[in-house]
Amino acid sequence: MRYAETGFNLELDLARGNIERVPTDAHLSELHLGGLGTNARLMWDRVGPEVDAFDDENLLVFGTGLLAGTPAPGCNRTIVSTISPQTKLMAFSMMGGFWGPELKHAGYDKVVIKGKSPEWVYIYINDDTVEIRDAKRFVGLGTLESAELIRQELGEPNVQISSIGLAGENRVWFASIEQGRASASRLGVGAVMGDKKVKAIAVKGSKDIQIAKPLDFIQHCNDALKYIEKRDKNPIPNVMPILAGLGSPQEMAIHDEKWHTENFMWGNARERRKEFWTEEIQEVWTETMETMRTRLLSCHNCPMKCGASIAVDKRFCSYMMKCFSKLTYTMGAYSDLDFGLRIAQKATEHGIDAFSGPQTMAFAVELYEAGILTDKEMPDFPADNEGRFYWLLDRIVRREGIGDVLADGTYWAAETIGNGAEEYAHNNIRKTEQLPLKLGMLNPIYFLMYCTGEKANITQIEGNFPQAPFFTREENEAFIEDWPHVPHEKFKEWFVEWELRGEKSIPNYPPIDATCEIVDWQERMHYIDDSTGMCAGLSSFPLKPPFHIHNLPGLISAGTGFDLDEEGLVHLTKRNRNLVRANNLRRGLTRADEKPPEDHWKRRFPELEKRLLDEYYTYKGWNQEGVPTRETLEDLDLGYVYEEFVQRGILKEEEKATAGSAAQEGGGP
Amino acid sequence: MAKNDKRIIKNIRIDVDKCNGCRACEVICAAHHAQPRFSSTNPARARVRVIREPLSDIYVPVFAGEYTAAECAGRDKYIIDGKEYEECAFCRASCPSRDIFKEPDSDLPLKCDMCESDPTLEEPLCVTWCLADALVYEEREEDAAPEARPEEVDEGLEALAKRHGWDKVMDAVNRMGSKD
Repeated sequence: MRYAETGFNLELDLARGNIERVPTDAHLSELHLGGLGTNARLMWDRVGPEVDAFDDENLLVFGTGLLAGTPAPGCNRTIVSTISPQTKLMAFSMMGGFWGPELKHAGYDKVVIKGKSPEWVYIYINDDTVEIRDAKRFVGLGTLESAELIRQELGEPNVQISSIGLAGENRVWFASIEQGRASASRLGVGAVMGDKKVKAIAVKGSKDIQIAKPLDFIQHCNDALKYIEKRDKNPIPNVMPILAGLGSPQEMAIHDEKWHTENFMWGNARERRKEFWTEEIQEVWTETMETMRTRLLSCHNCPMKCGASIAVDKRFCSYMMKCFSKLTYTMGAYSDLDFGLRIAQKATEHGIDAFSGPQTMAFAVELYEAGILTDKEMPDFPADNEGRFYWLLDRIVRREGIGDVLADGTYWAAETIGNGAEEYAHNNIRKTEQLPLKLGMLNPIYFLMYCTGEKANITQIEGNFPQAPFFTREENEAFIEDWPHVPHEKFKEWFVEWELRGEKSIPNYPPIDATCEIVDWQERMHYIDDSTGMCAGLSSFPLKPPFHIHNLPGLISAGTGFDLDEEGLVHLTKRNRNLVRANNLRRGLTRADEKPPEDHWKRRFPELEKRLLDEYYTYKGWNQEGVPTRETLEDLDLGYVYEEFVQRGILKEEEKATAGSAAQEGGGP
Repeated sequence: MAKNDKRIIKNIRIDVDKCNGCRACEVICAAHHAQPRFSSTNPARARVRVIREPLSDIYVPVFAGEYTAAECAGRDKYIIDGKEYEECAFCRASCPSRDIFKEPDSDLPLKCDMCESDPTLEEPLCVTWCLADALVYEEREEDAAPEARPEEVDEGLEALAKRHGWDKVMDAVNRMGSKD
């Protein structure tokens, strides 16, 4: 008997039309849990570094978290892994919603798609019945539009659907997979789905998910719900409203956008508007949101309400929105919230990432204004910013004209356009667009997180440690009073001492050794969530969440029956983290790729930055090129990674290594 | 002398405007009714289902009521405040016309029992797990309908006998009584 998981993957080979229900190895779940962990293992075993995003051999893996669909609140995530067309590395884009739990109830932990279908298809999974069905009549339709029609065609109103729009169909490198309430947006997973000619995956399930220790497990769930209720009534004092509560940032509920609009950059991550947020703007934007938002929404079995139904052209709901996509179009186009919510409706139907999309559009506007792109490339380019964004969106998702170039994202578009365009693609890490944030003084914690975050997305590594100290030491002291989340008491001491100005302030505080441990802790929590399918919003992302390193081992053990304590979970998470990195190192990731955007901070400290990275690598058990050492790998049962690293010349074989031995080109530096 | 009996009416107040569509009610309902308790979950077995039409902004938690062997003779459709609710949206019946409120393996009908269990819970678990307060538990006391006096049956039968004769009444009693 398998608990929490189903013990089966659904494997589809679209070139041959083959469908198989494949039993999985229970031992792998004990080694990696599920979700990202077992996805990384699949990618390592089956997708070599010679495979490109749009090759037949690339896999598109929809991996549910190990606890997804169990009664654990907020455990509903699906981790989509594939090779990213944009970064050329292993992508792991995630979505909540309802699709993952439904897949588990249908009897599968993952859907693994290989090969390309000759014609457009959608996949229909209804328990043991799986069909590859004709999707020709849905081609060209929006993500939600086609999902609705598929529901009608199947006569199944409760089927859960993940689908792509025009952007995915046309292989836009930042195309998303949309699921109504949720989306897997980053790193172009929608383009790979489109390349495989899969318009949608519809799922309906009616099987049980088993729990190993039922009473123990429910106790954990009840404790979490009680804590969430309490924490909701007690937001953290003296931090900006969106960071005070739980969940992903409560963008749909909170109207006060002073912090985002005055601290984040407008346009192409370009300009900070310090006096932007006036009473008048607050009034207008509040009115916009209150008028268009018809309901706050949750994902499967989660009490948080991070999403919303937004009605723009319909009375009740045209689409569903969440998180910072509320402002990315608005700020990219120097416009207002009304515009932002309206264009996001079109962009959601087309299925593009709400970070990379608007930033690529703002980048094009800048290039036009700088004369690098002209009326020749951009005929009839409107004069107003709003019009320009709609013009660009249309062309990007269709890959028409200049849209075909821009559809690769700012890094690659700049390379194609040339003529100085490279300087305008200034906000990338690992060739993918970042949050539009530019700050003054280097922050050592964030420096390491930006450099080494395997997904190149700061929100997927930051979280449990406050972004900055409070104004006074007394406030710091008050904060640590109820902070059982820390792995060790010393984290509290580091925080109490932290000052906004003075000796113990950034960039030289926290000290490097503390910085390493703080980064490691925050990252670890994300890797746990990404393998269990727990939403970061209840665990790794907010301050003082219900789930943390001390109660998660109990939850996972009670759910799965694994004998997992805190030490065991930390060890397992290191294994997953190193395996994801191994996938990327094998694909050519080097130390040189591990850097924040040049202009992220005004004040940079090359010496300190080098020491930070050196010492963090050492702390992680990696060599100075960022490659896990033999000892690290073997300690994590990743001996097979070591073997391959040696074979590929990424690591030198220890003991036997001599100068001039078989080290090959490519791979490691 | 008639006894003035009281009975407790258990009620779940459903505020559809507060529902965020998370389906925690379904998850915990199925878990509570699993054997052993909480050993599995499966919304397909839940005795509460959220009727959802996200693009119409419709979210209606509906509790399983009586089993019915036959569909309604006709359907109805409610339009409230401009929202068109699907046929059967508010119906609680376990009915041949739809697949909810039936055990997926056996098709046996399911019915909400307000989480009756030993020891008694303070409130049904769907209510406890609904932090949005879309589901709120209420109890109220009502006078129990007084029990029928035996003389009432005697009087009724005598009236029937006067009209149809004892033979016919006895036939009818025998015929009806033998039907399980």
